[in-house]
Amino acid sequence: MSGSGKSPIDHDVDRLVATRLAGFVTTLRDNAFAVGSREGKDAAAVIAEGYGECPELLRSAFKHLFSTRKADWDKFDGIFDAFWLGKRVKSRSTITGASKPVNNPSLKSLQDRNAERGDGEQAFDQMPSPEDPPNGRGEGRMEGASQAINLAEVDFRKMSDPDQITQAHAAAAQLAQAMRSRLTRRYLARRHGYRLDIRRTIHANIAHGGTPITLVKRRRKDKPLRLVVLLDASGSMSMYTAVFIRFIHGMLDEFHEAEAFLFHTQLAHVSDAMKERDPARALDRLSMMAQGAGGGTRIGLCLQTFNRWHAARVIHSRTCVMIVSDGYETGDANLLGREMAQLTKRCRRVVWLNPMAGWDGYAPEAAGIKAALPHVDLYAPANTLESLLALEPYLAKL
Amino acid sequence: MKNRDEIAERLAASGYIADGELATAISLMQSLRRPLLLEGEAGVGKTEVAKALAALHTTELIRLQCYEGLDQSAALYEWNYQRQLLAIQAHQGQNASEVEDQIFSEKYLLERPLLAAIRREEPPVLLIDEIDRADDEFEAFLLELLSDFQISIPELGTIKATSIPLVVLTSNGTRELSDALRRRCLYHYVDYPDVDREARIIMARVQGASASLALQIARMVENIRKEDLRKVPGVAETLDWAVALIGLDIRDLHDDPEIVHETLMCLLKTREDKARFKPEITAKLLGKVA
Repeated sequence: MSGSGKSPIDHDVDRLVATRLAGFVTTLRDNAFAVGSREGKDAAAVIAEGYGECPELLRSAFKHLFSTRKADWDKFDGIFDAFWLGKRVKSRSTITGASKPVNNPSLKSLQDRNAERGDGEQAFDQMPSPEDPPNGRGEGRMEGASQAINLAEVDFRKMSDPDQITQAHAAAAQLAQAMRSRLTRRYLARRHGYRLDIRRTIHANIAHGGTPITLVKRRRKDKPLRLVVLLDASGSMSMYTAVFIRFIHGMLDEFHEAEAFLFHTQLAHVSDAMKERDPARALDRLSMMAQGAGGGTRIGLCLQTFNRWHAARVIHSRTCVMIVSDGYETGDANLLGREMAQLTKRCRRVVWLNPMAGWDGYAPEAAGIKAALPHVDLYAPANTLESLLALEPYLAKL
Repeated sequence: MKNRDEIAERLAASGYIADGELATAISLMQSLRRPLLLEGEAGVGKTEVAKALAALHTTELIRLQCYEGLDQSAALYEWNYQRQLLAIQAHQGQNASEVEDQIFSEKYLLERPLLAAIRREEPPVLLIDEIDRADDEFEAFLLELLSDFQISIPELGTIKATSIPLVVLTSNGTRELSDALRRRCLYHYVDYPDVDREARIIMARVQGASASLALQIARMVENIRKEDLRKVPGVAETLDWAVALIGLDIRDLHDDPEIVHETLMCLLKTREDKARFKPEITAKLLGKVA
């Protein structure tokens, strides 16, 4: 079906192929592939080149064309088979004559499943999870009631007035912003040109007969600090989760480079879901992802997953890792200690914020927090806005 | 369409044992004229793909190694400042704009890999290695180059490509690449080879490796990769190990478990991994290798 001088039948076939291809592209988009119109065109070209003769070959060709990352690469075969081979299509002629995607039962179920899970699914960690994602939700609204005068000193878990909560959220966002500007100002103050820019110098001195009188210097490039937040979303933390999610939301907005993870019994990368403009919607999306919240916390295991799969990508030498957790570990505390040691080696600073630490009479007695503390650069309470604000000078020095 | 079996065969002739999918990727690269983005763990042979591709087309390989802080003057072009300064001195007294015209001509231009790649008569293979190490800005700049294949030099004007190179990009995943760059490329994930392919790689690359030994080594390495290691050995390490074993005159891994254990330093590259691998573990894994 390539070349010029086509018969009308060829044109019909071409149109069918195009329709079917468009359906496939839509399916891929539904499955979170980044596919544009150019890929569609190229796909048509691929078929025209004769790759469509054999499903294996076509699958392999499309796989290279449409995948953009490993996650795509891994799930592509399944999607391809469901779409093109769902009706045991063997040859090109059948491919072109096949029905629309919605009428294809195997594909439809795929789409439905996808719609049910929402977009957050693919952001889940690569760690194989034994349980199916349950579909309950509703996590981390604040409980208890107290009319306090000074908002900054109110423990987060005692706030219930929506106004107060909004105010707390705003303050958290503001703090995130303040921290960011402090963090970068240090680099700005150091900006002296320290190397000669020969090219610009020569250009500037042509009029002087080549004698370098006016010197042009190169400036140092600003490198923003990156913040990685690991938030504990287990049952024991549920009263604080909402506020910290708002806080993280503010961070992701304000920092040039920030990544957020949520963990309880497993780890989820939530930066994408958190970039939702509306914090309430972000919370909804998150509660879908953070299933199993309310159970135990396997901090050690989650950190291991983080070190193994994410650390190389999200951590560099200018990274500050902030762990927000109460340190109640239901898994192996020794593992937590080991993984903390590894994490410390990789990044610049590790900050551990513990909401419980602000309580009267609290001492870090839990096995988890005991194992982790030796590897932490800063351990601070974070149960009131005031305690968060108190962190600012320290974080500014990082 | 180029026959992909033929491509795989010719790659094998140049010492690279490819799987069928990679052969497809290479034939697509030619027909769609898109760059190929290779991702995978360190040491699985991403860079080798580009070398094999150059051998396949019997053309030049131009390599750009990326690093943090890589800028245009190291990647694209640079003026020959020493010559320029001399020329300015030599032409003293002449009209300033004439001098400027002269010193900003091609004669004073130093080609760097990217410029070199688009000015060849024959299309070369351009390998942009470890793109994830370069900065975001450089990535954006590269994107522009890869779509237009032309470069504008302010003092000289626009230089159009005389030939479109075959571009291979590799990434270790130390940084997330931009979606725009990913979309522009064909994507191939290079995984650790299966036992069969690894054995064939050993036989193709290591002189004096018998089929049975190669298979044993490949099986052993596969078992080692399944262990919980901090640094999983890649194909390059396997080849090192094979060379070491053959150098020590080992014909069969079961002959001398002690030497096998001692030479594991070719595969295990961190203290923790080395400490974890007690002789018993080596013996256990050896037991699994038929």
